[in-house]
Amino acid sequence: MIEVSDLEVRYGTHVAASVPALTVRPGECVAIVGESGSGKSSTLMALLGLAEASGNVTICGVDVLRAGPRELRRLRGSKAALVMQSPQAALPPTTRLGAFMRRALKLHGVRASMEEAMRAVLLDPALLRRYPHEISGGQAQRFAIALAIALGAEVILADEPTSALDVTVQAEVIAVLQRLRAERDLAVLMVSHDLALVSTIADRIVVMKDGQVVGTLTHPYTRQELEAVFGAQG
Amino acid sequence: MRRLGAFLLALIVLASLAAPWLAPYPEDAVDPLSSLLPPSPEHWFGTDQAGRDIFSRVLYGGQTSLLIAIAVLGSSALVGVALGMTAGYAGGWLRDVIMRVTDIFLAFPALLLSVALAVVLDPTVTTVIVAIAATWWPWYARLSMSVAASVSTRPYVDAARCLGVPAPLIVVRHVLPNSLTPVLVQLSLDAGGVILTAAALSYLGLGAQDPIAEWGLMVEQGQSLISTNWWVVTFPGLAIVLTAFAFNVLGEGLRNALDPRRTVIK
Repeated sequence: MIEVSDLEVRYGTHVAASVPALTVRPGECVAIVGESGSGKSSTLMALLGLAEASGNVTICGVDVLRAGPRELRRLRGSKAALVMQSPQAALPPTTRLGAFMRRALKLHGVRASMEEAMRAVLLDPALLRRYPHEISGGQAQRFAIALAIALGAEVILADEPTSALDVTVQAEVIAVLQRLRAERDLAVLMVSHDLALVSTIADRIVVMKDGQVVGTLTHPYTRQELEAVFGAQG
Repeated sequence: MRRLGAFLLALIVLASLAAPWLAPYPEDAVDPLSSLLPPSPEHWFGTDQAGRDIFSRVLYGGQTSLLIAIAVLGSSALVGVALGMTAGYAGGWLRDVIMRVTDIFLAFPALLLSVALAVVLDPTVTTVIVAIAATWWPWYARLSMSVAASVSTRPYVDAARCLGVPAPLIVVRHVLPNSLTPVLVQLSLDAGGVILTAAALSYLGLGAQDPIAEWGLMVEQGQSLISTNWWVVTFPGLAIVLTAFAFNVLGEGLRNALDPRRTVIK
């Protein structure tokens, strides 16, 4: 589903992230963890062709780094959906949720029930009549997942999807992601700095530091594995 | 507030359009024997130097002044916002080219450029519209560019890109609606300024000419009489103030209506 090899993300001459190999299969959840500036979000952007990068990235059969604009637009949203860090800020403030979802479906030529997608993430379809500022952060994040579901996305890329939410809402969003992953065989690649949180959902955890992959943990990880990667701070 | 603004503006527009039926005298009916009469039951707003009824001329003058204001603001905003949005969203060389052309227009004093254009063209209302619009659009282009550049970095624009929305649609659906507030405010503030600039051109003999009734021209013609015959300049002046106020209130209301974050959830 996601195949990455020899990926280098650059901002000018500066290499922001270097990922030698990464694979996420259908139904699998892989998390990239690391401190701020470790290159994890840059990696995510490069996977959608939104950052200058070299190497090989294949998502749902699309060679991202060599694809044309039309092919990339088809990939984004309809095959691979991004769930962003600030859920409400990622929604256009002057557009009702329903209108936003309807336009996205129309753009990708997808015929799907918006209400069904909302129910799949445990949201009341009546929320489709609301504006982004009229819903909570957790609802906005679940709406982003509902949009991905409605569009039929096979891959979800999540950039710190719970960092702006409180603990109980974090658990709700993670539970929704877990259930949908199992039900729909979704491939989930999640970026986070919260190791404790991702350890509850990820099958594998890739640790990045200073733009480099410094280790991979297989869940359930052990104290020894953590210490091997993080050293004394683990 | 939006309703008040729309109501006031509708009232002014309707009164101007209905001038042929509402005005007690023709706009150009000269009566030297009735020169400079103060307001009275026969002449509600008094008469000017040529003995023309000012109330009738204010009603007829609305047609010309509103036409100039709406045509100038509409065309300037259309051109300025389209160029500004494109420059602000695209960035890079396209922004540089558009903004340098805009800067060239901004480098000339607006009135001087309008006068230069009006001198080349015939002195008509159309000339006034073209001359003012040619100097007005760069302000909207610059304003729109700076707002669009800021809005383009917001997460919902990034999210739209990640959703595969093509750039023109991102500009129209996401950048434009979220950039309109300052443009609307500027438009509402500019209405009075456009009418007065048109008056200045008419005063210089480059725009609407006597006996055509036009508020700005009426103010210009009556300014020397303000200490002795206050009504000559006061009533067309009030019409300009009222129209500018109506545009302001309408702009404020539209800003609130276009931004749902300003509405209270009931």
